[in-house]
Amino acid sequence: MLTFVIRRLLLAIPTLLFISLVIFLLLELSPGDPLGDVPLTVPPEVKERMREALGLGRPWPVRYVLWLKQFFYVEPLYWIDGIFRTDFSQGMQRIISFQSRSPVFDVIAQRVPQTLTVVGMSYLIGVMIAIPIGIISAYKQYSWFDQLGTFVSMVGFSMPTFFTGVVLIIIFGVKLQWFPSIYDTTHQVTDWDSFLVQVRQMVMPVTVLALYNAAQISRFMRASMLDNLGQDYVRTARAKGLGERTVVMKHVLRNSLIPVVTVIALGLPAVFGGAIITEQVFKVNGLGQLLISAIHANDIPMVLTLTFIFAILIVIFTLIADILYGILDPRIRYD
Amino acid sequence: MTETERQQRLDREELVAETAGPAPVSTELPPDDPVHAGEETRSQWRDVWRQFRSHTGAMVALVLFIGVILFVTIGPYIWTADPAYVDILARNTGFTAEHPLGTDQLGRDMLARLMVGGRVSIAVGLTAMILAITLGSLIGVLSGYFRRLDAPLMRLTELFLALPLLPLLLLMVTLFREPLSQAFGPAMGIFLLIVSAIGATSWMQSARIVRGDVLGLKEREFILAAKSIGTPAPRMILRHILPNVLSPIMVAATLGIATAIITESALSFLGLGFPPDFPTWGRLLYDAVDQMQMYPTRVILPGLLISLTVLCVNYIGDGLRDAMDPRIRGR
Repeated sequence: MLTFVIRRLLLAIPTLLFISLVIFLLLELSPGDPLGDVPLTVPPEVKERMREALGLGRPWPVRYVLWLKQFFYVEPLYWIDGIFRTDFSQGMQRIISFQSRSPVFDVIAQRVPQTLTVVGMSYLIGVMIAIPIGIISAYKQYSWFDQLGTFVSMVGFSMPTFFTGVVLIIIFGVKLQWFPSIYDTTHQVTDWDSFLVQVRQMVMPVTVLALYNAAQISRFMRASMLDNLGQDYVRTARAKGLGERTVVMKHVLRNSLIPVVTVIALGLPAVFGGAIITEQVFKVNGLGQLLISAIHANDIPMVLTLTFIFAILIVIFTLIADILYGILDPRIRYD
Repeated sequence: MTETERQQRLDREELVAETAGPAPVSTELPPDDPVHAGEETRSQWRDVWRQFRSHTGAMVALVLFIGVILFVTIGPYIWTADPAYVDILARNTGFTAEHPLGTDQLGRDMLARLMVGGRVSIAVGLTAMILAITLGSLIGVLSGYFRRLDAPLMRLTELFLALPLLPLLLLMVTLFREPLSQAFGPAMGIFLLIVSAIGATSWMQSARIVRGDVLGLKEREFILAAKSIGTPAPRMILRHILPNVLSPIMVAATLGIATAIITESALSFLGLGFPPDFPTWGRLLYDAVDQMQMYPTRVILPGLLISLTVLCVNYIGDGLRDAMDPRIRGR
C-alpha cells in the first residue's frame, strides 16, 4: 500500500505538469486580449510597454517556466516568510493578477472562506441526508418511503441549481421576504444576532446545493445497497441467524459504502471549485465567482492559478478515493 | 408451471416475506395464464419489459417523456406561430388566447419558443450522452480488464477529471465558435461544438464506475471458470463482462442525458451557449432572469420543462436499472 501511495504521488507530478501546460496553452490560444479594455487613444508604443510590464512580451515557454517557478518556488517561500518572519523571498516576483494588480494568492485567500462556509456546509448536510435515505430506500425497495425518497431525490437531481435557486429567490426572497436573496460577504459574525443574520443569508444557497448533492449521493447509495442486498453473503449472514439489524447495518452497509465513499471523495474538489452557478445566482463572491470574473476579464494569471489549484485538489482527492477503496475493499489489489 | 418453478416461487416468497418486511407490490403479479404456460417463450427482453411495466414511476415518466418529445417535434406543426417573429406591440403579455403562454420582452411567442428551444436541448442531451457513454464504457472496460492498459488509461481519465470542466468548456466555446460557425453554419457549428465539448468532458465518471465494477467482477469465480476453459479476451468481455456491467452503464447513461441537458442549459445560463436568436431552454431561462420579479412565469416555464425532461429521463433509467438486473427481477 505504501509503495502504491508513493508511486501515485510521484506519478501525480508529471500529470499535474501536463495539466498545467494544457491549461496554459488553452489560455495562450484564447482570442481575448488582457489589454482589450485600454482606450484606443493610448499610443501603440505605450501599449507595447504596458504589455511588457505585464510580462506578456516574452515567448510562451519562458512565461510558462516563469509561472511554474513562481507557483512552486516563490509562493511557498513567501508563506514560509510569513510564518517564520524570515526574508527568503525578498525581491522575488509573486504571481500578480492583471485585474487587481495584487498577488493572486492574496485574492484567493480572501475568497476561500466564503466558498468553504456555503458550499462546504451544503456538501456536509447533503451527505448526512443522503446516506440514511439511500439505506432505507434500498432496504424497503418499492415501499412508500422508497417511492417518495426516489421521487424527492429525482426531483432534486433533475432541477438544475440555477432553476431551484431562482425559484427559491422568487418565493422566499421576493414574495415572502423571509431570506435575503443576495449573500452579503462583508457581514461579520460578532454576537448572537449577527450569527442569526449569517444563518438566514446562508439558508437559501445551502438548501439549493444540499438538495442537489443529497439527491446525487442518495441515488448512488441506493443503487449500491441494492447491489449488495442481492449478494450471496447476505443470505449466508441471515442463514447464520444474525439479526436483521446486524445484517443490514454491518454487513451490507459497510460493503455498500465502498463505492459511495469514492463518489463522495471525488465530489469534494467541486466544493472548493465552488458550485460556480449557485455562487453566480446568489452573488456569493467565492472562488467560483472569482474564476468567472477572471475569465471574462482575460486575467490569465488568475485563471491559470485557480484552475491549477482545482486540478491539484482533484488529483489529491482521487488518490484519497483510491486509497480508501483499497483499504475498504481487500478484494481490490494494487500491485 | 413446472414443479421446480413452483418450488422456486415458494422459496422466493418465503424469503421476501421473511426479509423484506411487508411484501413488495411486485410479488402481487397475476399468475401466468395457465393456457399459455406451456408455449410462452420467456426472452430476456420480454422479462425486462414486464418488470419495467411494474415500475409505476418509470411508466409515467415514459409517457411524459414521449409527451415532451411530441411537444417539441410535432408541436411546431400544430402551433405555427413563428418563434422569431418580433411583435413589439404585444410584448410582455400574460396568458391570452393569441399567445397561450404569453410573450417575451420583444413580443415573441413563448409557446413557439419553448417548442423550438426544447428540440435543441433534447438533441444536445441525447447526442452528447451517446458520445460520452460510448467513450466511457470503452475506456472503463479496457482499463478494468487489461491490467497493462489500466495505468495509462486511468492516468488519462484522471487527467480529464482534473481538468476543471467549466473553464475548459468555456475556453473551447470561445475558441472554436468562429471557425466552426463558418464551417457548418452558426446553428450546426455551435451544436457540434457543444455536443463534442460536453461528450469529451463527461465520459470520465462512467469510465471510473465501469472500471470499478469490472475490477470487482474479475475476482469472481465465474470469470475464473471462463478463463480456465480458455475464453479469449474479446469474447470474455462481450459475453461475461459487458452484460454484468450493463446496469451501471444504463444508470450512467441516464445520468449522462440528464447532465448533458443541464450542462447545456448551464452554459446558456452563463451566456456561453447558443446565440441569442437561437432559443434553447437554458437560454430562455437566462433571458428571463433579469425580469424575474415582474414576470416570474417566464423563468419558471423553461425551468420546469428542463426539470420535467430530466426527471423523466432519470425515472426511465431507474426503472430500466431495476428491470435489467436479473437478481432483482422477479422479486
